[in-house]
Amino acid sequence: MTDITHGRNARTADTGPAAPNAYVEAGKEAVYTAVLVFLLGFLMVGYQTQVLQGEQMSYVTRYSDVIWAMLLIPAGRFLLTLTRFDRTLPAVVLGGLGFVYLFGAGVIGVLELPIYGSLLVPVDTLQPHILPFEQPMVNVIFGLGALFVFASAARTRRRKTTGGQSIDIREAAEARQAKVARNLSSVLGPILIIAALVIPLTPWGDRKLVDSLVLVMTYVMLGWGLNIVVGLAGLLDLGYVAFYAVGAYTYAKLSTTLGFNFWESLPLAGAMAATFGLALGFPVLRLRGDYLAIVTLGFGEIIRIILINWQAFTGGPNGIGNIAKIDFFGIPFERNPAEGTTAFHTLFGLEFSTAHRVVFLYYVIIGLALITNFVTIRLRKMPIGRAWEALREDETACRALGINPTNTKLTAFAIGAMFAGFAGSFFATRQGFVSPESFTFIESAVILAIVVLGGMGSQVGVALAAILLIGLPEVLRELSLYRMLVFGGVMVLIMLLRPKGLLSYRVPTIQLHKGKPKTMAPPIVGAVK
Amino acid sequence: MDWFPYFLQQLINGLTLGSIYGLIAIGYTMVYGIIGMVNFAHGDVYMIGAFQAMIVLLLCGTLGITWIPLQLLIMLVVAIVLTAAYGWTVERIAYRPLRGAPRLAPLISAIGMSIVLQNYVQLLQGPRPKPVEPLIRGGVEIMSRADGSFVVQLGYLQMIIIVLTIVLMIGFALLISRTTLGRAQRACEQDMKMASLLGVNVDRTISLTFVMGAALAAVAGMMVTLYWGNNDFYMGFIAGIKAFTAAVLGGIGSLPGAMLGGILIGLIEALWSAYFSAEYKDVAAFGVLILVLIFRPTGLLGRPEVEKV
Repeated sequence: MTDITHGRNARTADTGPAAPNAYVEAGKEAVYTAVLVFLLGFLMVGYQTQVLQGEQMSYVTRYSDVIWAMLLIPAGRFLLTLTRFDRTLPAVVLGGLGFVYLFGAGVIGVLELPIYGSLLVPVDTLQPHILPFEQPMVNVIFGLGALFVFASAARTRRRKTTGGQSIDIREAAEARQAKVARNLSSVLGPILIIAALVIPLTPWGDRKLVDSLVLVMTYVMLGWGLNIVVGLAGLLDLGYVAFYAVGAYTYAKLSTTLGFNFWESLPLAGAMAATFGLALGFPVLRLRGDYLAIVTLGFGEIIRIILINWQAFTGGPNGIGNIAKIDFFGIPFERNPAEGTTAFHTLFGLEFSTAHRVVFLYYVIIGLALITNFVTIRLRKMPIGRAWEALREDETACRALGINPTNTKLTAFAIGAMFAGFAGSFFATRQGFVSPESFTFIESAVILAIVVLGGMGSQVGVALAAILLIGLPEVLRELSLYRMLVFGGVMVLIMLLRPKGLLSYRVPTIQLHKGKPKTMAPPIVGAVK
Repeated sequence: MDWFPYFLQQLINGLTLGSIYGLIAIGYTMVYGIIGMVNFAHGDVYMIGAFQAMIVLLLCGTLGITWIPLQLLIMLVVAIVLTAAYGWTVERIAYRPLRGAPRLAPLISAIGMSIVLQNYVQLLQGPRPKPVEPLIRGGVEIMSRADGSFVVQLGYLQMIIIVLTIVLMIGFALLISRTTLGRAQRACEQDMKMASLLGVNVDRTISLTFVMGAALAAVAGMMVTLYWGNNDFYMGFIAGIKAFTAAVLGGIGSLPGAMLGGILIGLIEALWSAYFSAEYKDVAAFGVLILVLIFRPTGLLGRPEVEKV
């Protein structure tokens, strides 16, 4: 049974009678991988289809890219397999070199430094390139792959000195990580808040940055709102963006038809979204888990389709424009305000600048987000919050203990939806324009990803995940085409590396027998204490 | 009987559409049955199948293969094999390492994978929709109105789609009920740990489930390429959601249910577009789903879930 002696116990396999040769095994893996890469890439990478004039199709071949991929990916697999057999040196050396070369050269290309051209010559497919791929970003991505090989080999090397991991050690490590996460959260929270508050005042806080931060904060708020539904009450909601849309359209309609300003319509938008939350919540109460997810997804799509098709009310695919911009509690941010009003800049004796509005928007969204956070934290300590968490852990037990699941679920849906409504209303006043395009399923997926990546229920984690997932594409804006690819890749990668989320320490808010849940193991002993 | 020809035409169209949804839905239902996760990337695997079928068709033109049955056969085989490779890879990279992780982790990973696949295709093949010239034209006239104002036609392509779907379904039912692989799959579905103790290679069985799902999705993608011939990188999303709706409607985990659900969704969509409004056809499909889930949460053919406390 040599099958069992695989992986971490490979050293015994080496000395065993039927020890597989590491290089032979790795070679086999590499060949399999090469075949797989060929299957994956032959058509999709090898031929690029093009639509010519007159709707005719033709294609261009890209064989060299396929061949390079068939060389590099199996090479990585080969090195990783060697690592599994504790031959880490080649992976460390080659992975490191590959990373430096591919990543470095790729970055030079991305930055459009002139040297890149000389690295590429000759570009002719028949002659070997000095760099594998013509597209700089592809080189960067492969460079990151090399870094992965390097990192896992280096980690194995380090672990070799400490010996294998038994279950006890792993559990201890997990407990340690949870403790670190807890400490980190308590330190990081105030730091993040203070940083967020002072950034517009610092020299780096130019308009562009603040504008991006407004977007990030909107998602932080949405994440915290959804956290109530998913993180606390454990109801998987894939249609959260519908409530965001309801809030945005409520404000858009109130502003364009009845002339409401932002502050007047904010509570109405929240109430409207909460009503929709109840309307969705009511029929789906009996559903659990994935069924709930798919119904909420369907609900989100229904709202979007109605927004597209109800031309008379929602303006159809063109949306609603000319929505009133935000004002400073009644004082407009305009260079030439209407007769009889004073503009913000004259009132405060400042020179007119469009940045005033952006900075004000930024503080408004921070205020809204912090309210969301505060309410969530307080609610957690109230009976309803306790009931949410109990419901998340075990619905049947909740029923037995007399918690009314109907009311509990409905309040979670309604309160979560209300915050999305606030955020939507904010979105509408920031953009001055709403259309169904802003409320697609992918938005719901992104918000859910923020909650889950953050570690469900962790407020700081959600903020961090929002900064990572929304800020990253903003930073990568230059690489426009690749940014969503990287975005999806990061989502997968974080899940693979930290399946419980970035900062996860899911402890129930209250616990019997404080501090030592382990002593609960024999329940009778715990009860006597 | 003046209404009947029009109605019959809609039935035929709905059945064709439903066959395509049904084939995709099987991929969802099998994966859900065996590892209990919603494979969000499945719609995109179908999209990749459609693109590969399209490229094969284009290459056939270059290579001078013009005999249509041969073209179809090559498209079918190549698309199935290459798309199955994608199904396998997606499972290996994004789901296998997450076995035993919290329930939401594979779901997020799947959504990420779906984004990756869409953008991968967009980068490689460009964002514009690709028009494919119809390969098979014509059909059989079944009947017409008395005054000849409306002719009901069953297209040759529609026949091929429906017949191929039936053949695949029968083959599949045999595969699940008669072969060792099918038995292993059913065992894993019931109890993965027990199955592995009894010598079933669980990882391999799950991989093969993904491969089979992807192969059927490739067939659906090929058919849609021939039927509508307008492929773009985003086509997998809405088709995927509808197919998943079909799987839930039929009772998730049940193969005949997936096919039944697919055909029902196809029929609802065709009839709704014909008699009410084409714009709200998706609303109809989702509305039916919500109604079914409220009144019969396990779907039409699903087994009731027994809850263990």
